[in-house]
Amino acid sequence: MADPLLRLEGVTKHFGPTVALDGLSLEVQRGEFVALLGGSGSGKSTLLRLVAGFEAPDAGRILLEGRDLTGLPPHQRPVSMMFQSYALFPHLSVFDNVAYGLRREGLGRAEIGRRVAEALAMVRLQGMERRKPHQLSGGQRQRVALVRSLVKRPPLLLLDEPLGALDAGLRERTGFELRAVQRATRAAFVMVTHDQAEALALADRVAVLEAGRLAQYGPPQELYDRPATRFVAGFLGAANLLEGRVGPDGAVECPSAGCSLRLSEPPPRRPGEALTVALRPERIRLLDQGEALPPANAASGVLRDLAYRGEGWVALVALSGGQVLRVVLPGVASPPPPGSPVALAWAAEANIPLAD
Amino acid sequence: MRRWGLAFGLGFLWAPILLLVAYAFSADRIPFQWGGFSLRWFAALAENERMLEAAWLSLRIAAGSATLAVLLGGLAGWALSRLGPFRGRALFGTLAGAPLVLPEVVTGLSLLLLFVALQGVLGWPANRGALTVLLAHATVGMAYVAVVVQARLAGFDRSLEEAAADLGASPFTVFRTITLPLIAPALAAGWLLAFTLSLDDVVVASFVSGPAGTTLPMLVFSALRMGVTPEVNALAAVILAVVGLLVGLAGLILQRSRRNLPGAG
Amino acid sequence: MRRLLLLAPPWLWLLLFVAAPVLILLAIGLAEPAEGVPPFLPPIGWEAGHPVWQGSGASLATLTEDDWYALAFLRSLRVAGMSAGLCLLLAYPMALGIARARPSRRLPLLLLVLLPFWTGFLPRVGAWIGLLRDGGWVNGVLMGLGLVQEPVPLLYSDAALLIGMVHAYLPFAVLPLTAALLRLDPALEEAAADLGASPFTVFRTVTFPLSLPGAAAGFLLVFIPAAGEFVIPSLLGPPEAQLVGRVLWDEFFQNRDWPLASALAVALLVALILPIRLFQRLEAKP
Repeated sequence: MADPLLRLEGVTKHFGPTVALDGLSLEVQRGEFVALLGGSGSGKSTLLRLVAGFEAPDAGRILLEGRDLTGLPPHQRPVSMMFQSYALFPHLSVFDNVAYGLRREGLGRAEIGRRVAEALAMVRLQGMERRKPHQLSGGQRQRVALVRSLVKRPPLLLLDEPLGALDAGLRERTGFELRAVQRATRAAFVMVTHDQAEALALADRVAVLEAGRLAQYGPPQELYDRPATRFVAGFLGAANLLEGRVGPDGAVECPSAGCSLRLSEPPPRRPGEALTVALRPERIRLLDQGEALPPANAASGVLRDLAYRGEGWVALVALSGGQVLRVVLPGVASPPPPGSPVALAWAAEANIPLAD
Repeated sequence: MRRWGLAFGLGFLWAPILLLVAYAFSADRIPFQWGGFSLRWFAALAENERMLEAAWLSLRIAAGSATLAVLLGGLAGWALSRLGPFRGRALFGTLAGAPLVLPEVVTGLSLLLLFVALQGVLGWPANRGALTVLLAHATVGMAYVAVVVQARLAGFDRSLEEAAADLGASPFTVFRTITLPLIAPALAAGWLLAFTLSLDDVVVASFVSGPAGTTLPMLVFSALRMGVTPEVNALAAVILAVVGLLVGLAGLILQRSRRNLPGAG
Repeated sequence: MRRLLLLAPPWLWLLLFVAAPVLILLAIGLAEPAEGVPPFLPPIGWEAGHPVWQGSGASLATLTEDDWYALAFLRSLRVAGMSAGLCLLLAYPMALGIARARPSRRLPLLLLVLLPFWTGFLPRVGAWIGLLRDGGWVNGVLMGLGLVQEPVPLLYSDAALLIGMVHAYLPFAVLPLTAALLRLDPALEEAAADLGASPFTVFRTVTFPLSLPGAAAGFLLVFIPAAGEFVIPSLLGPPEAQLVGRVLWDEFFQNRDWPLASALAVALLVALILPIRLFQRLEAKP
């Protein structure tokens, strides 16, 4: 593997009694799009600020291109940051905002003019040079903030919830544009977000942070299909958690679900030990009337609630063991009315044994 | 850099004050020269009849004018903040804020001319003195109270009062049970502000006062014109202590009340 | 309707004690000085049942013709300007220090700045007199250290006057400036640093331009009252430096020329109208 662009080694940060980051180690490759995912208080924004230089770690090192950044003030770090509030200078025009970083590098007027024009064209804002930030829409401001940081051609761009301030309709489209820009500039992007759908859609790799620690780090599909912990399973998409005990023959008995599970691989625990298995709602199917109930990876219960979502149905099924399963059915299905007895079944591959 | 600037600025502001207090305890006749610890100048103050009279007068004027200032300024501040546009609002606002920006000599002179004119037309006030000073100080104090009240009202929005009305409270009840308690700290702070301003004023008082109405600042001013004496030093130290205490109180009141603001702290 | 009733007391008070005095001031400025009490002739008198003009433009004429008054005005404006400028110079680092301090420390720091203002204006001026006198503390220290043989005349000078003014008015400059700096979004300064600006460049290109309205307000808040200041110049300043406040006081109390004093007051007001309007406009912006 090539030398990483950014490496964090055992980074720890406290704010008073709160621990924001706890011995975090992470690396980012050149040209990679990484999403930092986590709830509030998970430490993801702190991580960005540490890399940008606005805070200093209590322990650990931050290396960029092999160089230790400790002690280096923000204006000397070859890292650019895009702020959540965009932080556009209200007293400067769009042109002057974008040119700001270039002026600090001491570039000539002609060069600056060229690069600013190029940057604005990349995000379709040519012609807006003279405007002031308050004369732009939210989406336009976001684009100015983006190119202001990128025009310096940094190897690494840090983005703090870049899509957070946009309304839902704009968010998906802007997300795609963001990724297109990243591919075009070949800068590494590290994006902080609390929106798991965004992270899954845009990133090459997703890092899930839980209470200042790295819960899992890998490509989106790996995190979704094989979450390492309950937290990751629950954070990325919904997951039904089945608590069970490993039986002598390798099957997992789940009394609260009233079913028995057969995994596609040998269970990671020995017989007699407890094991939690995650099951994605969309992998469960409803058995037709008259279809026989399989001996394993199946359960019966009562359909309690039903919600139509246009692209699918969400059903809550109360199982005979007492647990309620969340099931997602395709939009074209015609599920029975609430109160009806139903039978569920799923493939062995849909069972995800969790490490915790 | 800025920490040094702040330290220098604070030092510049406080050094003369601290020195003044320190030397008030000096036994030496010559002010600002150390002659051993002594309380003799404080004792001398206590025996100075004229000074005690002036002090008592000033305290009464200050208390009276502050109370008036709070009543009038409170209403003015509330009106400017909550009544929306009413006829003559611009003029009202300008007049209410005028004493804040007018030079003291102009305020003093114009008020004196008013009293003289009133005397000529109505026969009142027959003699200028404590009363006229009180009225003048109330006018100036009112401007400050209005500002403080306006700032306080700006800090919480109308929805509290609207919610009370929605729950069935008449406008007066809303004022009594919601608005008043919320602006009470501002009124208290405003009272202290007007009080200290009155205690401190020499220019306006000199213009509008009369033969029997020598206030403490007027006395101190004429004493200072002739040079500093140790008694004046001691007096200054006492004034400092009293006012400092009052202001500390005001600060505490404001700080504690800020916790009650919705969405604050 | 009831609400408008509540308006009545302050309205009446303001009309009587703020509006009327200013109008009377204008009127007396046009009055003729006379012997007696009060020492002027009302500009509009009654004679045989109808009003008669008794006023005179003599006071106004004196103001415009006699150079001395114009000089006093200019000197006052110059002293006020210098005081305001010096205050701002000292206020900037102080305001920056307060705005950047931890939130828990800000209020105590602000109180430390404001407290001197509230501990009585006269005692503080008295302290400076005591400090700067020939036999005072500063000279005592200088001679004690052997730096000078004889006391340096510090008091009753322009320098002493400016020191006194800055000491008295400094909090007026610090407050609006601190408020403006606090309103500044810290993300803007961080973004500037992130884009490569050194701390001084951040101040020059972002902090200072965006805090300019606060600085202007602070300047005016000192300049306007300082222009008519009377106490500090008479206690600390050189006797020959005639400033408007002092001239007004002397004309009134010593020469008993009330019309002239009134005319002076009106002239001072007129000179200050522009700065006052500017200040109100600055404060009106959110």
